[in-house]
Amino acid sequence: MTQTKKRTSFRTFLSYMDLSREYYAAYGYSQPYKWMSYTEVPFARLAKPLSQCRVGLLTTTDLEKLPGENKMDRYLLRKVYAHPVEDAPEHFYTQDLQWDQETTHTDDNESFMPLNSLAETATSGKIGSAAPRFYGAMTDYSQGKTSKKSAPQVLDFCRQDGVEALILPAL
Amino acid sequence: MSLIARHLEENGIPTVVIGSARDIVEECGVARFLFTDFPLGNPCGKPWDKEMQGAIMEMALDLLQGAWQPRTTVQAPFVWSEDDTWRTVFMHVSEEKREAFKKAGEGRRAAQANAKTRH
Repeated sequence: MTQTKKRTSFRTFLSYMDLSREYYAAYGYSQPYKWMSYTEVPFARLAKPLSQCRVGLLTTTDLEKLPGENKMDRYLLRKVYAHPVEDAPEHFYTQDLQWDQETTHTDDNESFMPLNSLAETATSGKIGSAAPRFYGAMTDYSQGKTSKKSAPQVLDFCRQDGVEALILPAL
Repeated sequence: MSLIARHLEENGIPTVVIGSARDIVEECGVARFLFTDFPLGNPCGKPWDKEMQGAIMEMALDLLQGAWQPRTTVQAPFVWSEDDTWRTVFMHVSEEKREAFKKAGEGRRAAQANAKTRH
């Protein structure tokens, strides 16, 4: 583990709300995106020890490149999905999403969709089991669509698979 | 992602979000958040660093069972690099890029309008 120590006059972590506001303004969008901000936060506890729980994973990436001439066409075709872990893609499709393509890459699935790491914790006994399917819900501009369509669909998938806790890595 | 996590929590399924956009997740408000201070793209550990990825998974699971109240954020004790240049790259609007961004935006809006007429 690399230890670092420094003095700073600014917060160290980046504000993506600030960055994206300036970025899209430079692109000529007149209205900044309005992010959701809640006062109340729901909280559920594990119903039993983690070592007895089935745990699932949800990714913001896609299984493959959807058909369509451009990103906008593909964006309109995206759907929430459930897919067997044993048939996971060799490479998830990430090119339509916003991430730092100048600094890093997504060639290693485990760096953003850790199916193997989760499976290893089932083998070690830390969790009861890993879900037989994983889920995908691509980041959507529409908060209404995410809350009213995508989220209930993911909940249905979890119930179908007996998932008792979910890990959500956001690309 | 945060909105989906909230919906699951409301319906009795505990969640942990792993991500690198700390302000967006915390502003929305989630039950449990494991923050990795990395460039967007590898929230679960550096590519090919199996040891780090395993450690982050362990931390996420510890958070899942250890948090006793919502808005619990844990920061993974890893740094991307000693050089912080990456913090000045992604989405950075420099003066020399401004004109190119404006043109790209015009192209994007035309593509959006075009796609909507076809779907």
